[in-house]
Order: sequence, then structure tokens, then C-alpha cells
Amino acid sequence: MALLEVENMHSYYGNIHALRGVSLTVEEGEVVTLIGSNGAGKTTTLRSIHGVLPPKEGKVIFDGKEIQGTPAHDMISRGIAQSPEGRKIFSRMTVRENLEMGAYHRSDRDGIRTDMDRVFELFPRLQERIKQEAGTMSGGEQQMLAIGRALMSRPRLLLLDEPSMGLSPVLVERIFDIIREINAQGTTILLVEQNANVALEIATRGYVLETGAIVNSAPAAKLREDPKVREAYLGEI
Amino acid sequence: MVKKYALPVVLIALAFLFPLIDPLLEAVLGKSLLFSAIVIAVYVMLALGLNIVIGFAGLLDLGFVAFYALGAYVTGWLASSHFKQVSFSFLSAAPTETVSGNAVPGIHISFWIILVLAGAFTALCGIIIGAPTLRLRGDYLAIVTLGFGEIIPRFFQNGDDLGGFNLTNGTIGIKAIDSPGLPFLPDSLPAWQQFGTLNLNPWYYTILILVLITVYINIRLRDSRLGRAWISVREDETAAAAMGINPVTTKLWAYALGATFGGIAGAFYGAFIASIFPTSFSFNVSILVLCMVILGGMGNIYGVILGAIALQGLNFYLLPQINTWVHRIGDAVGSPLLSGADIPKYNFFIFGIILVLMMLLRPEGIIPNRQRQEELHSGDDDQSITDAARA
Repeated sequence: MALLEVENMHSYYGNIHALRGVSLTVEEGEVVTLIGSNGAGKTTTLRSIHGVLPPKEGKVIFDGKEIQGTPAHDMISRGIAQSPEGRKIFSRMTVRENLEMGAYHRSDRDGIRTDMDRVFELFPRLQERIKQEAGTMSGGEQQMLAIGRALMSRPRLLLLDEPSMGLSPVLVERIFDIIREINAQGTTILLVEQNANVALEIATRGYVLETGAIVNSAPAAKLREDPKVREAYLGEI
Repeated sequence: MVKKYALPVVLIALAFLFPLIDPLLEAVLGKSLLFSAIVIAVYVMLALGLNIVIGFAGLLDLGFVAFYALGAYVTGWLASSHFKQVSFSFLSAAPTETVSGNAVPGIHISFWIILVLAGAFTALCGIIIGAPTLRLRGDYLAIVTLGFGEIIPRFFQNGDDLGGFNLTNGTIGIKAIDSPGLPFLPDSLPAWQQFGTLNLNPWYYTILILVLITVYINIRLRDSRLGRAWISVREDETAAAAMGINPVTTKLWAYALGATFGGIAGAFYGAFIASIFPTSFSFNVSILVLCMVILGGMGNIYGVILGAIALQGLNFYLLPQINTWVHRIGDAVGSPLLSGADIPKYNFFIFGIILVLMMLLRPEGIIPNRQRQEELHSGDDDQSITDAARA
């Protein structure tokens, strides 16, 4: 059974029909990526899964339980963490305080300590800046913090929204290496990414989203070969 | 460690010794400051309550006076002869029988129980009002609370005929509220057995202890998990929700806790003043308390206390003092304009000027809260021209 199963999900922004029946599955241990152009509904899909924008229709099944309509703040205790678009770190808290917020719902001090050490292993840069105000860090460091903070809840499923946004190519490369490493340590990842190139490089499978509906899905390697995908999203003619 | 506690200990000791110092001050200044000190302490408590809502949780509440009024009316209802239909006494320090030997009409419950009841009642009101409104963000919440702060005094003003039932006695208000007391104390302490108007020390110590309890709870809340949740909701509600924090419940806690302290302060004030009128609870009070919180430093407990003392001190002492000086100057130079000036009348004008100056020069307040300071000064790149010029 898949860890996450989305069945025929419809979501609206007011009267705008943003998602028109999105269905996808994420198996335990996978990195699944959602690619698509601006406004295709990638972020909306994540928001709908995460309960920020409850879907009007359809099912979201996580670990065998229907969770559509569950508010966002209950997701973390179910094992779903999100690193939201635009990072949304607590800019006036220090790095340490931000990471502690990620473990807000937990009370096992030892476990929190272990996980913080693990985050510092993944992102040594964060340890150097532990007492720094998060808002004063560079974009790349803030992205690391957002991912680190999401990991602090020890999630089973990590939702990543545009981790490459606003970062230099070198940094994108590094962040994606770390995402691969996080996955290798056992966290399932659903990755929304505009930079289809890097996303398909680390993903197991991919879905292509167009105007609120899935138009294609295949193993990542296959999508990379697909002439249509190459033309539309990988910048080749 | 010693250094950390030295200042608070000295200040608390001074506060406890104040009634002993007051006669000396009276000799020098020509008037006792004890009455003013009690009212200032009530405002300190109000400001600390509002600080939870504004300083900690970042909710702009423009109707805080409503809880103050509700608390005062709880005392009015439960410790006076207002409800003549019934006659019920419970542990009250006030006499339970009239001179002729009949039971005293009205409800007379011990002041100490009323403090608790008033806190619980206003917390409940806070939840009832907060539950639907705290889903609103920013300006909308301010407007709703503003309306609420206006409705409650109106309700008290017009509540003398609710289908024939006189709940609030309208504009006349509730008078002859029982004094609190500790009747179980020995007869050698009559001023403590029942608080009176001649000896204000029992009143002073009561409100001082209430303020200290409020400060303690404020400190504990600030450093608690809930305190951390408030900061995160203040910064970014969506991100806070992603951390597993329910933004609405978190804000509701702040609102209800703030209301509790507002209500207890009101309950004390009602007993102290002994008669309450709807006009005592105008919009001005909300704004005055808000000014205290902003002036002192939103979110900083010591700053807020200082802000309350500074503004009420200005109200009670400095403005009348300046008034006399202006009159003297007026008499000396023979200017009827100056010798007849009524400076205290302009207190809100003066508060306004102080607030504008504060916002320009030190928007984070006298003693700022660390995070608040960063919120107001973050990003050197958006430095204003005046700042750049000064630097």
C-alpha cells in the first residue's frame, strides 16, 4: 500500500477551479516530483494535501487513513511535514529556535537533540549560525533552515515546495544532494519543483501537471527521455 | 545569578515599603500618593493583561476596556444591594444584617471569591468573543474589538430595563459596593478586617500582590511553550500551522488570559471605588492602556510596567503639578490665559504627542522586547533617510 494516495482531488480558490481531479501516489521510500509550468497547480496540490487549502472533492489517503479536510496544524503529528514555498522561516528567531519550533509537538528531549544533531550533520552551515537571527541569513541558508526545521518533526513524508527557488545553480546542486541524502536516510519525499532538470535527476518518479490536471506520469528516467517533457520543461528544442 | 535578581528584589521591597515612605513624601509634596499608587497599580495590571494579547500574541485589541468593565460589574452584582429581590451572603466582610435585624438585601459574596469569579467570567467572555473573531487577521480584528469595547459600556448604560429586569442600573450605575476584608483576622487589625477609606494600606497591599501574581504569570507565560507558539503565530501563521500549532486556539488563549487579568483588575477597581458607572469605562481607557503597552515596549514585562507607571504618573501627578506651575507663572506675569489654564484636560493631547514622538524616535518602546525590536529595525537596507542622516 502506498504511503500517500491522492484520488481525484479538486480544489478551488474562490470560484477558480485550480485542481481538476489530481490523482497521484507516493510509495514509502520514494522521491516523487511534481513538475509543471507556472500556475499549473503544483503548489496548490501540496497545499491541498497539507490541509492549508482543503480539497472540495476527492480523497487524500495517508498511511491508510483518509486525511482530506484535516487542518494543517494536525498534519505534523500524523507524520507529514512541509517546507513551504518562499521558505517561511521565523525570521526573528534564531536558527536554534527555528529548529526547536520544528519539534514543537514533540516532548522527547533526547530524540529532539538527536534530530538536531542530524540536521547539523546534513547542514553544517546551520550549526555555525546557530545563534544567528534566521532573517539575517542568506537565501540558501534560509532554505537549509526551512528543510532542517521540517526534518525536526521526524516526518514520514516530507513535502518540499520549490527548494531551488532564488538560489544560485551551485547552491541548488548542494541542496538537491542533501535532499537525496535525506531520502537515503529513510524519509519519503514529495517534491514540487519548477527546475525540472534537477528534480528529475533525484526523483524516483515524476508527475507532469498542466492547468490543474496530471497529464503524464512515469519513472523519472523515462520522463527525462520524453520528447514532450524535454521540450516543455527541460529547455530543449 | 545574584545580579539578575538584585534589581527586581529591590523594586519589590520598595513597593512593599511604599506605604511607610508615603507619609514622608506627603510631608515634602503636600499630598499622599497612596491613592494614586493604587490606581496606577490597577493600570499596571491592565497593561500586563493587554501585553499578553498585544505584546505576546500580536493581536491588536482596541476594546480591552470591555473586560475591565465586565470585571467591575461582577463586583457590583455580587457585592452590593443591587439585586434587591434576593438576599444572599457568603463569607462577606460586610455586615449581613441591617440595624433593625433584617437580612441585608442583595448578593454579598466575599471579595476574594469575586476576584476568582470575575477572572473566570471575563475569560469566558473572552472565549465567546474571541472564538468567532480571532479567525480574522490584523486590522479586521482591531475593528471588531473596537466595536466590542464600545458595545459593552453601552450595554451597561442601557441594561436597566432588560424586559423589565434591572441588570445594570443604567447611567446611575451600581453604588455602595461592599468593601473587601479579612474578617477572620484579630480585632487588633480593624483596617484589615474590613478595608476602609481612611487607611488605604490594605487596598495597596492587595493590588500589589495581585500585580506581583500577574507579573509572575506573565513571565511564566512568556517562557512557556505557549509563549513560543504566540511568537511564531505573530511572525507567520501559516508557518506556525505547519509546525503543528493551531493558530486560532493559540490566539484564543492569549485573548482569554488577557481578559482574565483585565477582569480581575476591574473587580478590584469596582470594590476600591465602591461605585461604578458605565461612563468610567470609555474607549479612552482602552487607548490609555494601549499607550502604556506601546510606550513601555510591547512584549517586555518590565517595559509595560514602566509605561503604565509613567503614563498614570503623568496623569495623576505631573499634569496637576505642571498646572500649578503654569498658574503661578500666569499670576506672576499677569496673564489670565495661563493662570486659568486647565492642563490636565489636555492629557490625551499630551499622550498623543508622546506616542508620536515615541514612534518616531523609539518605536520599540522604552524597554524593548528582543524580537519586537528586530521586527521594527530589521533590514538596514530599508533605513529611513532620517536614520541615515543621524548615522
